[in-house]
Amino acid sequence: MELVKCNNLCKEFDNKQILNNVNLTIPKGKIIGLLGKNGMGKTTLLKLINDLLTPTSGEVLINGEKPGINSKKIISYLPERTYLDKSMKISQILIFFEEFYEDFNKEKAIKLLKDLDLDINSKVSKMSKGMQEKLQLILVMSREAQLYILDEPLGGVDPATRDYILDTILSNFSEGASVIISTHLISDIERILDEVIFIDKGKIILTSSADELRTKENASIDEIFRRCFKC
Amino acid sequence: MDYNFDNERPIYIQLVEMIRIDIVSGKFKKGQKLPSVRELALMMKVNPNTMQKALVELENEKLIYTERTNGKYVTEDKELIENAKKELAQEKVNNYLKSMQNIGINYDSAIRYLQELGGKNGIS
Repeated sequence: MELVKCNNLCKEFDNKQILNNVNLTIPKGKIIGLLGKNGMGKTTLLKLINDLLTPTSGEVLINGEKPGINSKKIISYLPERTYLDKSMKISQILIFFEEFYEDFNKEKAIKLLKDLDLDINSKVSKMSKGMQEKLQLILVMSREAQLYILDEPLGGVDPATRDYILDTILSNFSEGASVIISTHLISDIERILDEVIFIDKGKIILTSSADELRTKENASIDEIFRRCFKC
Repeated sequence: MDYNFDNERPIYIQLVEMIRIDIVSGKFKKGQKLPSVRELALMMKVNPNTMQKALVELENEKLIYTERTNGKYVTEDKELIENAKKELAQEKVNNYLKSMQNIGINYDSAIRYLQELGGKNGIS
C-alpha cells in the first residue's frame, strides 16, 4: 500500500485556492523532493498530511487511513519554524520527546548531539539559531519513523551546515522509510533525491524519478526547475 | 574521499563510473567483499536506492556479484577487470587525442607531447 495518497485534495483560505485538486502518491522507501517557489502550496500540503489543517475537499490517506493519532505515530515532522520551548534545557526536551513518541531513540539523539559538541545541559535559548536548527533536525531524525517530512530544512543556513543537514538525513532515516523534503534550494539537495514533485500555484505540475528526468532533459533538476518556472 | 557529482547526469551512472574506477584501480580488490549498500551510500553521500541501482548495473557488467545473504563481492575474474581497465584507458586516450586535435595537434605530435611533457610532471 502507498504510504501517502492524496485524492483530489483541495484547500482554500478565505476563498483563495491554495491547493487545487492535488493527486499524489508517496511510495515507501523513497526520498522525495517537493519543489516549488515560495507561496505555491508546499507547506500547506505538508500540513494537510500532518493533520495540522483539514482539507476543504478531497482527502489525504496515510497507510489507507485519514490523518490522526495513528499517522502521527509514524510521521516525524520538521516544521518550517521551531516549536521548541526555548526555556527548556536539551536534556528536558529529550525526555519530552521520549515520553511523547514511542519510536524516539534517545541514545541516537544523544550520540548525534555529542558529535556536535552540544552540552545537553544547555538551554535552547543560549544556543545560536543554527544550532537550534540542528537540534530540531536531530530530534526529528532520531525517531524511527516510517515517514519523515522536512519542511525547508535548508532555509537560512550556511553551506557547511547544509552539508551537515543532508548527511544527517541520509545517515539517519530508518530503513524502508520515506522522506519528503520541501525546498526551493534544489541544487544543494538534488543529489540525494529519488523522485521530484514540482508544485506551482497549488497544482502538481510534474512528478518523476530524478535520474529519468535528468536523462530526458539532459540537465540538472535545478536547471529544469528554472526553465519550468521562468518568471 | 571526496566524490563530486555532476547534477546534469543521472547520479546512478556516475556512481557506476566511480565504483568501476575503484575496482580497476585496485581500491576495491579482486574478490573483496563490498560494504553494504547503505554503507556505500553513506560513504559516497547518496541515496541508498540510487546506490542499489548502480550496483545492479555493475552486477550486469559482472564486475561484482552477489553471494546470497552474504553481500556483494568484487569479481574474481582478472580478465574482466583488465578489460574494464582497457575500456577506460581507451576512453581517456580518445579524449586526449580529441582535445589535442581541437588545439591543432595531430596524432604524431600528440604522442611526442605526451613523451616530452608527461614525464616532466613526474608521471611515469
